[in-house]
Amino acid sequence: MSRVDDYRAIVGDEEVDELYLLAERLRGKAVQNINSTAIGGGVAEILSRMVPLLRDLGVDAHWDVIKGNEKFFTVTKNMHNALHGLNVDVSENDLDYFLEVNRQNSEDLDLFGDIVFIHDPQPIGLVEKRTHNGNKWIWRCHIDISEPQKSTMDFLRGFIDRYDAAVFSAPRFARSDVATRQILISPSIDPLSEKNRDLPKAAIDAVVERYGLDRDRPIVTQISRFDYFKDPMGVIEVYKKVKNHIDCQLVLAGGGATDDPEGPRVLDQIKSAAQSDPDIHIIYLPPSSDLEVNALQRASTVILQKSLREGFGLTVTEALWKAKPVIATSTGGIPLQIRHKHSGILTYSIAGMAHYLKEVLSEPECAAKLGLNGREHIKNNFLITRHIKDYLCLFISLYHEEDMVHL
Amino acid sequence: MSEGFHFYTQYHLVEVLGLHTRNPGELLEGIKAVPASSIYYHTHRFLQQHHYLSPEPPNDFAFWLMDIMHLNSLGEEFLSIDTVHYCNLEDLREKFQDILEEYLSNGGSNTDCLPGFEFHFLACKTFVLPMPYVAHNLTEFAEILKKVSIRALYFHMFEARMRLGVPDNDFSQWLKSLGEKSLANKISRLDPYNMTLESLRKKIIRMVEDRVQS
Repeated sequence: MSRVDDYRAIVGDEEVDELYLLAERLRGKAVQNINSTAIGGGVAEILSRMVPLLRDLGVDAHWDVIKGNEKFFTVTKNMHNALHGLNVDVSENDLDYFLEVNRQNSEDLDLFGDIVFIHDPQPIGLVEKRTHNGNKWIWRCHIDISEPQKSTMDFLRGFIDRYDAAVFSAPRFARSDVATRQILISPSIDPLSEKNRDLPKAAIDAVVERYGLDRDRPIVTQISRFDYFKDPMGVIEVYKKVKNHIDCQLVLAGGGATDDPEGPRVLDQIKSAAQSDPDIHIIYLPPSSDLEVNALQRASTVILQKSLREGFGLTVTEALWKAKPVIATSTGGIPLQIRHKHSGILTYSIAGMAHYLKEVLSEPECAAKLGLNGREHIKNNFLITRHIKDYLCLFISLYHEEDMVHL
Repeated sequence: MSEGFHFYTQYHLVEVLGLHTRNPGELLEGIKAVPASSIYYHTHRFLQQHHYLSPEPPNDFAFWLMDIMHLNSLGEEFLSIDTVHYCNLEDLREKFQDILEEYLSNGGSNTDCLPGFEFHFLACKTFVLPMPYVAHNLTEFAEILKKVSIRALYFHMFEARMRLGVPDNDFSQWLKSLGEKSLANKISRLDPYNMTLESLRKKIIRMVEDRVQS
């Protein structure tokens, strides 16, 4: 496990020294993170790195996970889709069950934190158990709720307004109809994690060989959960348009999370769509496949992210950190990471993505420049050290009303 | 005898105000309504987020008007505002209002942007933290300036002047107290809004080192 001091070589001594200075201001406060899955997905990944680093800085940080069965996670997946604006049915019974599971968890969990930090909608109802003994509650929304289904949003708002602050990943995710303070904090990647650390060439080659990829032809990759919002079928269409002109290979690689029951159905659909083309590689990765993801990203010529909706789009962050040219739809937090034609390409359609993919594959020098600019932008703004700094400021801000806080 | 120079650093926590605009008319209403910390954030954010890349448009309003709305002439009005000459956020706000009011009264286009491309007003809360560094002379000052984060440089050059109402940047004020009036004036005359923070750091260090060697 990485130590805070290990990041000095990447971000500089001054950045790390200042983290220690800030963390000192939180002495005596217990920070209790709570989410719905310990494995799989961006939230669990961030927490698994963030919590040990906060502890290494001297912050009394903890991480608990709520319990839920398949029925609960089917309801929360439907709520997730409804919050993203899909026309799905979330019934009164579903919401009652959601509340019942939240109430059961609030009985089972010891909500001891001076700061209780709830991640995403699944455990949002725990705030019902809030006692007004001076402890602070924060809700961290990792998803795009800018155009939600009204009834589900109304249900959620009743809980959000009971928190001291709500945290969003992009300005447009925030809500004008929410009474609580809204904070903007972008997520991050950990440059020292198995998924992002530098890899020796032999390790990359071994993974490429294992999955039967050909290093002599361009490799176009989308790494994502198998999820409708990631539009894997759209990616196959993009590939087919480009394949007519450039002999490339497509990799669709990803896994699932324990709180996402939709994955296997999507995987079956794209497998059948790809059946006739040996250059389409569908790779199902179990949760412990960080090394494989890292190697596949590094072996790729171009990375695509054709999401229809996106939270922040950490797979884009990972690819840019590896200095890869990225072509992505302009959704969720992706435009915060890519400035069009400077640090990547932003597109709005299958036709547009295919057009730019041909261009990027044909112009390797421009592609390399996009990748290098992208890496620099990630280094300055989206690494875990910046994220820790933002969280420390957020926690401290709960105890200060003024605009200018002298610590 | 002058006191040593105590270095501070600062952090911003960004707040979302839940207010967005779709056209220049709404931008004007927004600029009138938001707190001063929002005007500050939108005119200073680029300085810290893009410090290794080339200098960026000095305010978010110019960026939105030019890159999103394609109102290039109006955007350039915002782009060319000499932020360094404003010691006070209300004066800066008034300047933005004047430009937009004149544009609209002359029949400028006021059509909406595409959905998803609205301008979102943000603001920031600032945390100021003392660092364990004190310079007692020019040599120590240059050495410390080489090793502090750019946030410390940012605080002493921008934040103190614009948000705490101090008439000059902190470095120049201290240098004057040392009797280094000429060096102080040289630093005051720099336009820090038109260079990256790393360039600014190098320029100040060079000026100080030149003075030490003279």
